[in-house]
Amino acid sequence: MGSITLKQVTKNFDEVNVIKPLDLEIKDGEFIVFVGPSGCGKSTLLRMIAGLEDTTSGNIEIDGVDATKTPPAKRGLAMVFQSYALYPHMTVRNNIAFPLKRAKVSPAEIESKIANAAKILNLTDYLDRKPGQLSGGQRQRVAIGRAIVRQPSAFLFDEPLSNLDASLRVNMRLEISELHKSLATTMIYVTHDQVEAMTMADRIAVFNAGIIEQVGTPLELYKKPVNKFVAGFIGSPKMNFIDAPQNENANVSCIGIRPEHLTLSTEQGTWTGTVGVIEHLGSESFLHINIEGKGTVTVKADGDCPLKYGDSIFLSAPTDKILKFDKDGLTIR
Amino acid sequence: MATTNSRTLARLMLLPSVILLLAWMIVPLCMTLYFSFIDYNLLVPGEKEFVGFLNYEFFLTDPAFFESFFNTLYLVTGVLLITICGGIGLAILLDQAIWGRNYVRIMVLAPFFVMPTVSALVWKNMLMNPVNGLFAHFAIWLGFEPIDFFAQIPLLSIIIIVSWQWLPFAALILLTAIQSLDREQLEAADLDGAGPFSKFFYIVLPHLSRAVTAVILIETIFLLSIFAEILVTTSGGPGYSSTNITYLIYTQSLLQFDVGGGSAGGIVAVIIANIVAIFLMRLIGKNLEG
Repeated sequence: MGSITLKQVTKNFDEVNVIKPLDLEIKDGEFIVFVGPSGCGKSTLLRMIAGLEDTTSGNIEIDGVDATKTPPAKRGLAMVFQSYALYPHMTVRNNIAFPLKRAKVSPAEIESKIANAAKILNLTDYLDRKPGQLSGGQRQRVAIGRAIVRQPSAFLFDEPLSNLDASLRVNMRLEISELHKSLATTMIYVTHDQVEAMTMADRIAVFNAGIIEQVGTPLELYKKPVNKFVAGFIGSPKMNFIDAPQNENANVSCIGIRPEHLTLSTEQGTWTGTVGVIEHLGSESFLHINIEGKGTVTVKADGDCPLKYGDSIFLSAPTDKILKFDKDGLTIR
Repeated sequence: MATTNSRTLARLMLLPSVILLLAWMIVPLCMTLYFSFIDYNLLVPGEKEFVGFLNYEFFLTDPAFFESFFNTLYLVTGVLLITICGGIGLAILLDQAIWGRNYVRIMVLAPFFVMPTVSALVWKNMLMNPVNGLFAHFAIWLGFEPIDFFAQIPLLSIIIIVSWQWLPFAALILLTAIQSLDREQLEAADLDGAGPFSKFFYIVLPHLSRAVTAVILIETIFLLSIFAEILVTTSGGPGYSSTNITYLIYTQSLLQFDVGGGSAGGIVAVIIANIVAIFLMRLIGKNLEG
């Protein structure tokens, strides 16, 4: 079991309010990702759920029991830190055994749990090494191993992949996703990387300045963002925002089109622009096109796009793919 | 900056200071070695003849030598024990978020700035004096007989004084070590269910091992040559009960005017210091690696 309910939770550091009253229900077995720019309060909220930060007001319920004042060790949660927080002077075996020894588990049982965790995480050959002798990815796995042996009701991940290089990050992303499928335990995952959020999450909570802007499945957020912030944050490359013509509709102050929904044409289109820098990725190309008086937009095109720097081009987009925002940044449906 | 030219130049530039330092060390050492093999007493003028190892024989068979040798050991280990244990405790206290903590930290360092002679005199006359001392007054107030510190427990009294001087040093080094401990490790331990004692023994203490090693090595070098505190408080007495090797050499060469014997003692002290240094490096030096 591992359902977590946040009720009107707030957090102040001295006089500064970092989390405004916030409600969120996390279902048992769910993989939820907190995503947002740095300083938006997502890590703070995770630490509050873990019990490492006091809750200023509101309640945190774990499995229906109020745990707002429960000390971290008694909450039955396990956390994987950004720095891994392995104990440097202990071997991998002792690192993983540490929480079990504190919980007074019998030595035989500890041994079998370590062996099991090491098998799942491919650490069997490294059990007698110290963290300093391991690579970043292996350290990451030890940190996860230390978390899973406790059989927590939920895992908390605090930007666990941000210290890894890009290719390793892709691998670890898959491994964590697979771990979630096999353990079927609740996971709360904090990241500032929307790609991680989109690829791993069952549901995503988008944070901004201490509030949750929107909660939903990755495709919901991609297709129906509630406001300009969510629309701009989810999706890569970023959505293009173009100021709407004043005369058209008084309500619409801005329209948003994703780079993949813009089509290029040499003959006709809604907008005219000049091709700027082209980023070739092989499978696709990102074109930065300057539209006179509107600014620069990004367009996703085929890998073998024949255009060159300085070419004139027409742009258009299907009307059902264009999002409209009012002057407060909210989406108009 | 790693071309052959620049490296040669760097070596050339270093040469004067290396030569100066080497001469500074080699010349006195050779003179001491030379004096230790001749019969050289300031009260007996005339020919200084070569006597072989006689000076060493006299120094090493002197009953005072063994007593002062063990006194030196007790002094060093006693002060190390008190300053390391007390230093760790003090460092943990100073690490807490208290009001005006920066000022407290500077104040704690104060004993280290007081000259050894001055602090020993303050302890002797104001605190440990059996008639006027603060401790005596306190003992009388509690209804006990005051302790005559320098007559009854001379060596322990000196250990207390020296510990008071070195405690801030140890505390400060250990405090900086504690501050470099990754807070996430402590938080992880919190989540792993470690209580304050588990956290101290399994996380804080292992983290401090390097700093403790550094403190032990540095303090040992200075504690082997404690002198001023003994001179102004007990003068090595009663008997030889608070004489260490350094003080014994002083009495040999400057109170008995036996330069030869004193030099032999000096060489013995150098050898002992080296043995201690090798022993310590073997025992705990591996903590400094990596």
